[in-house]
Amino acid sequence: MADVWLRGVSKSFGDIAAIRDLQLHISDGEFVVLLGPTGAGKTTTLRLIAGLERPEKGTIHIAGRDATALPPAARDVAFVFQQYSLYPHLSVFENLAFPLRSPARKMSEPEIRARVEEVARLVRIHHKLDNRSTKLSGGEMQRVAIGRALVRKPAIYLMDEPLSSLDAKLRAELRLELKRIQTELGATVLYVTHDQIEAMTMADRIGILADGVLVQIGTPKAIYTEPANLHVAARLGQPAINLLPVGLLPDAEAPTGTKTIGARTEHLTIESSANGHADGTVDWVEHLGDQNHLHVTVKDKKLITLTDTDTPLKKGDQVTIRLRNPLFFDGAGNRIQGG
Amino acid sequence: MAEIRVENLKKDFGSFIAVQDSNFVVADGEFFVMLGPSGCGKTTTLRMIAGLELPTGGRILLDGEDVTMRRARERDIAFVFQLFALYPHMNVRKNIGFPLLAQGMPAAEIKRNVEEVARLLRIDHLLNKPVSGLAGGDRQRVALGRAIVRRPKCFLMDEPLGTLDTEFRDLMVHDLRDLHNRIHATTVYVTHDQMEAMSMADKIAVMNHGVIEQFGTPQEIYDRPATMFVADFIGSPPMNFLKFDGGIEKGARQIVVQGASVSVPEVREDVAPGGMALGVRPEHIRFDDNSKLRGSVYGAEYLGTTQIVAVETADGIIKARVPAELSVRMGDTVGLALNGARLSLFEQASGRAIRTSVHDGGNHG
Repeated sequence: MADVWLRGVSKSFGDIAAIRDLQLHISDGEFVVLLGPTGAGKTTTLRLIAGLERPEKGTIHIAGRDATALPPAARDVAFVFQQYSLYPHLSVFENLAFPLRSPARKMSEPEIRARVEEVARLVRIHHKLDNRSTKLSGGEMQRVAIGRALVRKPAIYLMDEPLSSLDAKLRAELRLELKRIQTELGATVLYVTHDQIEAMTMADRIGILADGVLVQIGTPKAIYTEPANLHVAARLGQPAINLLPVGLLPDAEAPTGTKTIGARTEHLTIESSANGHADGTVDWVEHLGDQNHLHVTVKDKKLITLTDTDTPLKKGDQVTIRLRNPLFFDGAGNRIQGG
Repeated sequence: MAEIRVENLKKDFGSFIAVQDSNFVVADGEFFVMLGPSGCGKTTTLRMIAGLELPTGGRILLDGEDVTMRRARERDIAFVFQLFALYPHMNVRKNIGFPLLAQGMPAAEIKRNVEEVARLLRIDHLLNKPVSGLAGGDRQRVALGRAIVRRPKCFLMDEPLGTLDTEFRDLMVHDLRDLHNRIHATTVYVTHDQMEAMSMADKIAVMNHGVIEQFGTPQEIYDRPATMFVADFIGSPPMNFLKFDGGIEKGARQIVVQGASVSVPEVREDVAPGGMALGVRPEHIRFDDNSKLRGSVYGAEYLGTTQIVAVETADGIIKARVPAELSVRMGDTVGLALNGARLSLFEQASGRAIRTSVHDGGNHG
């Protein structure tokens, strides 16, 4: 395992700038997730590191070595794609062993067997080594695909939405497994996704990509609690952060220059109005089982927050709303620090 | 608008039974969701209501009228497939008005109807724009507008949001429910996504292998699952099961799992000895050093306000939802305290829920 440095990397396709002046350092043993919508430049970044694309500007160092001009095979990276792409005519064992059988490696058969068995245990597929790869469930196939990347010990694993083709339950299971495996191996991983839950739950650091620009990078907690601007604030959190014009609600001691107030559940106190004064009206209590979403209208704005499942509030109730240390943003959408 | 009544509905394809003896009523103006994994029979049921598939047995009544053998176009329903398919060369107005034009409605009437629907969906300012330039959310609203402009008796929707990105899907779920709150059209919606079902439905039927395992409001299904299948299918993460052996007597308020005594809602039936399971939702678990139910932290997933902590116990992984501020490290040993008022009990063999005070007491506890 090793670290990866991207310095001033730019890449365009025709007139479209896919990546603009990207600075990104992934430390040895770190799990970095790039989060952004389709077209943000996530996959292009992976392909640049893998050597499947060449940057117009900037350098890429892998394990201290300048890899900018190296062909893919010389870069020592392993790629996991969204689709399983297993060899259907081979057994699970042979699928896992395949990368080790490359003539360049000269691994002995007992060495291969030992390594495959070790990885199969790691991805919990060791009981099915002799199965045909087509006789597996979707989750098992994706474990094999991840395992096939893991049998090698490259400088970095590059993962392109490897869980997005799975159903919700399996995704939740493999999220936990992938993080555990990465921690156990001390692997360096760059993982891209548009799913905020995957980013929040697996990353050591999340990089928020928008239109080819790395807008902010930090721990999940830092990105969630200290977003640099409105764009980042809106990317994380369920329900999404409420963005309200300044002055809509009382009590917020907004610093000068504030245009928008960002309020998550933890920034709001909502209570039944007692003394005739009300800030808003409950439109709807959405029961989601483990938690409720409370939908409140304040003038012409809608607010959504989490609430306890046994909340006494109901549709039509008048409520008072207080802000507690919310986030403040200026007219350009940037956060005003220390507000 | 209409009530849909399904009585003893059956469908086989040769020796394969797709739907076994289904019974349910969708009340006038209700948003009803059929939820289940692929192959459970939900789409087949929907297609029978639509008239695209004929049942092998049973009846379908639309507003009291038997339509079981009636052709699809004689049923006055609108079937919505994947939203998003718009005619790219037409503007918003023409896209929404198309079904009315196809019916031969006079131009002035089409104009009135289209404008009314556009106001309802809050896209009236976009009527003369080409659809190609629209943002994703607005495109979906146009597709919805085209589906509702005919004002049929009911809407049938088959995984209409299936192909969308998560962020977008959340938006559309709220839009769909919001629209329903304004027009109250009887809706039957099929999905395998429990979050969609929980967010939108007035009533849910959870299906598995052609059988309705439970029919009820989202909260009933979440709080009082009728079977282990339902308990496991709903919730993210789903209900945890702690297995134990033994019989249970009516009136019991304690059980023993993994050597720890646990308070449970009062049992209201006698259960013969056998394999049992204690069901606990992740949000009903707290960390408590005094608890005898112990395990080691296997992983933690940060979610902002809360986190999901996976704990490896003698009986496998148990997931707890705890505040995000709580600091946990992999490998730490923790005790688990369960909220006794909110637990479920099941018979492992049949998967059936054992009757307790939770079932008799409605929502309390």
